[in-house]
Amino acid sequence: MDLFEYQGKEYLARFGVPIPPGGVADTPDEAAEKAESLGYPVAVKAQVQVGGRGKAGGIRLASDTSEVFAHAEAILGMTIGGHTVRRLWVERALSIAREYYASFTLDRTAKAHLAIVSARGGVDIEEVAASDPGAIARLYIDPLVGFNDTTGLQLAAQAGLETDHVHVSAVLARLYRCFTQGDADLVEVNPLALSTAGAVFALDAKVTLDDNAAFRHPEWVEFGRPVGLDDRELRARELGLQYVGLDGSVGIIANGAGLAMSTCDVVNQVGGKPANFLDIGGGANAEVMAASLEVINSDASVRSIFVNIFGGITRCEEVANGIVAAIDRVGMKVPLVIRLDGTNAREGREIVKRVESEMVISSPSMMGAARLAVELAGGGR
Amino acid sequence: MSIFVDESTRVVVHGLTGGQARFHGLRNRDYGTKVVAGVNPAKGGQDVEGIPIFATAAEARVATGADASFVAVPAKVAPASVIEAALAGMRVVVCITEGIPAQDEARLYSELRHNYPATRLIGPNCPGVISPGRCNIGITAGEIALAGGPVGIVSRSGTLTYQALYELKQMGIGVTTCVGIGGDPVPGTSFVDCLAAFEGDPETLAIMLIGEIGGSEEENAAEFIASRVSKPVVAYVAGVTAPPGRRMGHAGAIISGGRGTAQAKMEALVAAGARVAGNPTEAGEMMAEVVRGLKACL
Repeated sequence: MDLFEYQGKEYLARFGVPIPPGGVADTPDEAAEKAESLGYPVAVKAQVQVGGRGKAGGIRLASDTSEVFAHAEAILGMTIGGHTVRRLWVERALSIAREYYASFTLDRTAKAHLAIVSARGGVDIEEVAASDPGAIARLYIDPLVGFNDTTGLQLAAQAGLETDHVHVSAVLARLYRCFTQGDADLVEVNPLALSTAGAVFALDAKVTLDDNAAFRHPEWVEFGRPVGLDDRELRARELGLQYVGLDGSVGIIANGAGLAMSTCDVVNQVGGKPANFLDIGGGANAEVMAASLEVINSDASVRSIFVNIFGGITRCEEVANGIVAAIDRVGMKVPLVIRLDGTNAREGREIVKRVESEMVISSPSMMGAARLAVELAGGGR
Repeated sequence: MSIFVDESTRVVVHGLTGGQARFHGLRNRDYGTKVVAGVNPAKGGQDVEGIPIFATAAEARVATGADASFVAVPAKVAPASVIEAALAGMRVVVCITEGIPAQDEARLYSELRHNYPATRLIGPNCPGVISPGRCNIGITAGEIALAGGPVGIVSRSGTLTYQALYELKQMGIGVTTCVGIGGDPVPGTSFVDCLAAFEGDPETLAIMLIGEIGGSEEENAAEFIASRVSKPVVAYVAGVTAPPGRRMGHAGAIISGGRGTAQAKMEALVAAGARVAGNPTEAGEMMAEVVRGLKACL
């Protein structure tokens, strides 16, 4: 789950990372009130989970109440990279001497933690990496060893940070602690600012939490529901389905993540476009099948549905019974193409035969079923 | 021959007394796998359908000569079970558990590498390993696989692996070993580990590799194939249409920062000399062609 800047900063602060004083505001009045209590100047910052806020005019400095009010009014409701701004973070603008970059993530190739620190922060780090790779310090950290006293000093020295290395090292250690103990997939601070007074603090925060660790972080519920999900995805989430919305017209239901991805791919390969990715997992019973059909059936852009099931331990006749029961419960609006293969496929196909019609068609092969589903959806439209 | 597990492998099932572990553990025994013990700290001395239960994996190993562990316990406790198995001296540990936090998995990988280098972890979040006709540890339905080789399979996906096993069986093609390395970001056993083992297995004459988006397993495999694999490789990579930044079912199936796309992986595999199929059916057909070619040479 991706956090907003204000949530990310609050999360960092729990692990002792210094952040500028600030508060959230949902209206210009609230923004002005927050600014009054913080003191001037302040930065009024759009809370959207997308890069390029500054360039889009979503971050503005204000030196008095009327400016705060005007900026808040302008930014709230603004659309940045497709995201509408509904909330602001108002923070005390400190005097900045230097802008650095720091991030911690898991490097899947090295199977270790990767720390990246640079003296050239405040800009796109990918661009720095491309144009001036020497300005970036990269250090692998063994998860079993962790961050020790020399790790931070080494990073600060290697990145050429012009500050008291002992001081910045302590902040890096806290960021790492947030990354590990906080169960984050990513902690990225850009910029990590050095104030003219010599303090180091997080001026921005990009934190991605690991959903698998939610069971030991009951406090995460306060971050609310993940943003960036459309209505279809929210509904699927409520039903406990592994669903990702796409922009095509062929609805997809498959068992297993790999097969579901592959099903989207073959639909694309034969000239259609998948409307979604949906993995119903191992035990494809009537409940799960009905819930899946319901979500896809309610998607107005879907013109046909491709159910692609490969029976392993899950037997095809059980899946077929599930499909038949689900069709009874959900009034299907568009044709359904069903491919059953694997364990007990013949028995499964016999069961489906009972409900076969112009709207429910069985096809034994994955490619054949894909072609049929695409044709029924009106081809590549 | 086969890789990692065979008819001599003796398996202890962690948590055999209930849930998924019992269901799959007993299925594995029905298949013919030597399931010699179960582990449950509170139920040592009891038995499950004639299989003795021990309080610890170490006791089970001493009493039964077990050399492999099957871990199917919940995500909260799975890493501890894997370490318990390693500490007991198990040679192979298969962990099918889904949903282990990434930080736990990274520490687990490091701990095994440093302290238990002789233990091979397969998974987590995988279907397991099957050497058809010899040993099946995990959730693969044994009956969909034909024994005898000459094909070795390694895969990040469960269902696509079952489909590959099934399609090969329909065409009368046998499998030496099929390893599901799992869909998590830090798998205990990599594609490269499996490719190296298959390259060294005289019974395996061709290799099928099934990958998906995210990470760099396929790119690493391509590099290894180019320099170290003499046997023909047929590959398939799922997720051509996956949007960036979204997890596609598996924790590890995500394109992040423009890296880990199916296109890049397929290009790397093609450049390495692998035959790359556009869909699972084509992968089966390509492998059938390879096997026909091998037979013609014999």
